[in-house]
Amino acid sequence: MLDSLTGPGGPLKLAVPRGALMDEVLALLDRVGIDTSGVRSDSRSLVFDGGEVTLVTMRPYDVPTYVEAGAADLGITGKDVLLEQDDRRIYELLDLDVGLCRMVLATRKGDTGPSEHQRRLGMMRIATKYPRIAERYFEGQGRQVEVVEVKGSIELAPLVGLADGIVDLVATGRTLVENNLEEREQIVTCTARLVANGVAYRLRSQEVDSLTSRLREAAG
Amino acid sequence: MIHPIPPGTRDVLPDEMRELRKLEESLLGVFESFGYGEVRTPTIEYADVVGRGDEASVGDAYRFFDDRGELLALRTDMTIPIARLVATRFGEVPPPWRLSYVANAYRAVTPQRARLREFGQAGIELIGVDGADCIAEVVEILAGSLDAAGLGDAVIGLGDAGLWAALVRDLGGSDGIVESSSRRLAEHDMVGLGVELRQCGEFDVGQVETLLEIIQMRGGPDLISSARGRGGALFDEVLDRMESTCAAISAGSVGGRIQIDLGMLRELGYYTGSILEVYDPSVGEAIGGGGRYDGLMKRFGVEQPAAGFSLYLEPIHKAQLEQDRTRGGGNNA
Repeated sequence: MLDSLTGPGGPLKLAVPRGALMDEVLALLDRVGIDTSGVRSDSRSLVFDGGEVTLVTMRPYDVPTYVEAGAADLGITGKDVLLEQDDRRIYELLDLDVGLCRMVLATRKGDTGPSEHQRRLGMMRIATKYPRIAERYFEGQGRQVEVVEVKGSIELAPLVGLADGIVDLVATGRTLVENNLEEREQIVTCTARLVANGVAYRLRSQEVDSLTSRLREAAG
Repeated sequence: MIHPIPPGTRDVLPDEMRELRKLEESLLGVFESFGYGEVRTPTIEYADVVGRGDEASVGDAYRFFDDRGELLALRTDMTIPIARLVATRFGEVPPPWRLSYVANAYRAVTPQRARLREFGQAGIELIGVDGADCIAEVVEILAGSLDAAGLGDAVIGLGDAGLWAALVRDLGGSDGIVESSSRRLAEHDMVGLGVELRQCGEFDVGQVETLLEIIQMRGGPDLISSARGRGGALFDEVLDRMESTCAAISAGSVGGRIQIDLGMLRELGYYTGSILEVYDPSVGEAIGGGGRYDGLMKRFGVEQPAAGFSLYLEPIHKAQLEQDRTRGGGNNA
């Protein structure tokens, strides 16, 4: 098994995101006849035999890295990840229509209008895990902001004064409410996407196309 | 003492150097056997020469001022310097001109993506031969080079840089949609492309499906006839061109390793007509590329058809290593 993992040939390798997307993605894979029982029953392994494909589990953010290098032939990850890593040379083949989330700008509840910081220092400060998406969004509107990249709980940043607002991905918006934050603007909606390595897309075109069209039917 | 080198560059030590040298020599041997003479050009060019070749490349080029205040650039490939060389030096020599090279080129890259800023390329340029014969000769040498490198499984993808624009125009698309949809294609964003085609209001549902289907067609040469008639006159003209190219190539007996790819786009802006990309199953990125670039020659004031290819030495060396490894593994098993 290990040999077929690093070399060419063998079953297609499909990168599957762990985390919030995982359940919906596995359900979709079940519907096209891929065996996901291994992934469901064992949370410690990383590589699973899914029958016609080998499933490789990883954090959503890493999926483009593995797919671009060809370490995975195909992958599933959120559009938010793809937008943030938009210079990756990978093929975005299909909108799987699951895992719907919104990328939003949120600020403290009751903070309407420009903040003190923005009025007196001329800049709004935004904390985010998605610095490129945030920069592109504000730049596109001609708004000058200072983007601060943080890795963990973004909601903390405006509460303790690191930033005036946050740009983050929300599904229900409950975390925002719990932290006394309010959604101000929606930047983009994001769903899970099927992506492919450029060489696998060419050299294994039949397998890639077959899986893509079955996933399209299952998602539709 | 540790003395670091810039990320994206590397030292080559004797074991690797022997293998790399052997690869370079075998490729040069193939080029020479087809009558291609090797040339060398300066590593630094005037920045406007690089920019004249390809506006997009100059953005990735390392640029700097020299002691006289001239803006210079490290070459980003060898095709642009050779176009410059031919335009400047070969005015009195009757075409066709057949030139080859093995050289390093330089590009800025996104850090921490395991990409090289200095990389090796070996290739040929054929200037002054028109029609299907031109690309057929280039493909024949390319196939010979892959054999010489021991990459029997490598596949040569053949596309056409004008295909998408022709198809979109045939189906009634405006210049605006040609441009914006081409950008989506260059980003390999099929989902975004679908959304854009549906929302622009220039196509009906059936046409959108045709567009999306054709752009994802890749396979054997018979695919060309199955696509025929689905666009219009412009699209069929492109297919004619691909078909005659295929016929000329097959006559040269390398047809078996060709994959027709109606969705191929090269990242470099100077290609017109046939485009090529080379893939090996053991490497996750293209190991070579090329095509027709008449437009580039024109920008240097030379009205001659031109085509060529470039093989990327580091990924090819990696593919060779991978092949030795799997062969070795097979023997042990």
